[in-house]
Amino acid sequence: MSEENLVEIDAVSFGYDRRPVLEGISMRMPRGKIVAIMGGSGCGKTTLLRLTGGQLRPTRGAVRIAGQVVHELDDEGLYALRRRMSMLFQFGALFTDMSVFDNVAFPLREHADLPEPMVRDLVLMKLEAVGLRGAHALMPSELSGGMARRVALARAVVMDPMLILYDEPFAGLDPIAMSVVGSLIRRLNDALGATSILVTHDVVESLQIVDYLYFVAEGRVVGEGTPEEIRRTTMPVVRQFVHGEIDGPVPFHYPAPGYDADVGLAAAGGAR
Amino acid sequence: MISALRGTLVRIGHNFIENVWRVGAMARFFAMVLLASGTSFRRFRLVMREVYFTGVLSLIIIMVSGLFVGMVLGLQGFETLQKYGAQESIGVLVSLSLVRELGPVVSALLFASRAGSAITAEIGLMKATEQLTAMDMMAVSPTARVIAPRFWAGVISMPMLAALFSAMGVFGGYLVGVVLVGVDNGAFWSQMQAAVDFRYDVMSGVVKSLVFGVAVTVIATFEGFDAPPTAEGVSGATTRTVVSSALTILALDLVLTAFMLRGDH
Repeated sequence: MSEENLVEIDAVSFGYDRRPVLEGISMRMPRGKIVAIMGGSGCGKTTLLRLTGGQLRPTRGAVRIAGQVVHELDDEGLYALRRRMSMLFQFGALFTDMSVFDNVAFPLREHADLPEPMVRDLVLMKLEAVGLRGAHALMPSELSGGMARRVALARAVVMDPMLILYDEPFAGLDPIAMSVVGSLIRRLNDALGATSILVTHDVVESLQIVDYLYFVAEGRVVGEGTPEEIRRTTMPVVRQFVHGEIDGPVPFHYPAPGYDADVGLAAAGGAR
Repeated sequence: MISALRGTLVRIGHNFIENVWRVGAMARFFAMVLLASGTSFRRFRLVMREVYFTGVLSLIIIMVSGLFVGMVLGLQGFETLQKYGAQESIGVLVSLSLVRELGPVVSALLFASRAGSAITAEIGLMKATEQLTAMDMMAVSPTARVIAPRFWAGVISMPMLAALFSAMGVFGGYLVGVVLVGVDNGAFWSQMQAAVDFRYDVMSGVVKSLVFGVAVTVIATFEGFDAPPTAEGVSGATTRTVVSSALTILALDLVLTAFMLRGDH
């Protein structure tokens, strides 16, 4: 494994109930960079993230994080690795019975034996970084979608992780909240010197903040490059995705028999 | 005809295998909870917090139900006993019925409906909103942090709730027997004291309520943990908790009573 890559995904295959989702996918995530994995719904992006986090085991291949093969770790080893990484879930996954403050303090109280005044200082510092120090006493039910995502971001970085996984961080956000979350992901990644993997299908926001992109379709990597290369690409699948074209290599129609035959026109014509 | 019969047999077989599988999965889950209980004892405030939600918040329903059941027992008992001129034994009838049977069984049924369903719904929703996965990704075991404290809270709360149910029931019997229909106060209490044996009557009730507490909380936590992460999944799991708990409580009660009955009494 190269020293400059924190995460290496090597020829990984995976399927649910014999239905293949990923087929021999390989990717590299260099240290300190933000790498986006993009693709249409159901292409296996989130599955890749779960394989990286050790929630799933690949049927073939391996995911290596800092030289460790994730699926070969025992429970203790996996938890030791997870203490050095964090994940931002699609809708935040905040603990609904805890205040914003307690949500952010949760990893510290569970893993770091720190005095409560220090926990308070660290939590307020992270909340200040996401602009929500003033909301520390609110409950998750009192937050907007964008605020919940920012609190989840503060919770994800409170332990200063080496790797942050983002699962659709822009889903369901208005343009302002999307821009705020995007800029926070970039700023926090640079400030912490962390590596980030961003699973998303939001092209515009991603191209502004990431260092490298992979495009996944039908379980394979179909394109990759820096944001500049992706903007100029001529690869049909990537072009269709980036420009939001309705039809193309990813077809508009689900496979079906001929329309005429289906609605009975062919049979009627034959009878005449 | 044959294919319909075959279909029915397939369905019965499938349901049987499914239920056997669930019992096995529940037993494995129970073992996992016991193995992950260290955190609950090291950080006992986690358990105490759940004792509040499962035990303290069930107090009203348990105490009011106990009072009513005791009053009904008093009325029914008086009606029957006075035919034999034994109305002063009403205290014995009410207390033995409650301490041996009705206290543990009815309070466990109420506990399953009130606290058990709440535990299942809470854990099921935590799963549906990815809170359990988030916890796991933070290297915090959901079994140790979420499940085990709720399990031990249920085990601690259940005998106390059963005792309170029985106490309120005896008080209800007193209200009806002594205050309403005029049974002698001294006879009511002294006959009760003479007839109720601490070791055989009270302790058998305590053992039953402990066993019911374990059964209800294992079912409730398992159903929540195993619920499909959808609205229908959580609703189905909550229903299964109440139904399975009720059947398990009644079946266990039969087994425990058979073991606890003494031939010389």
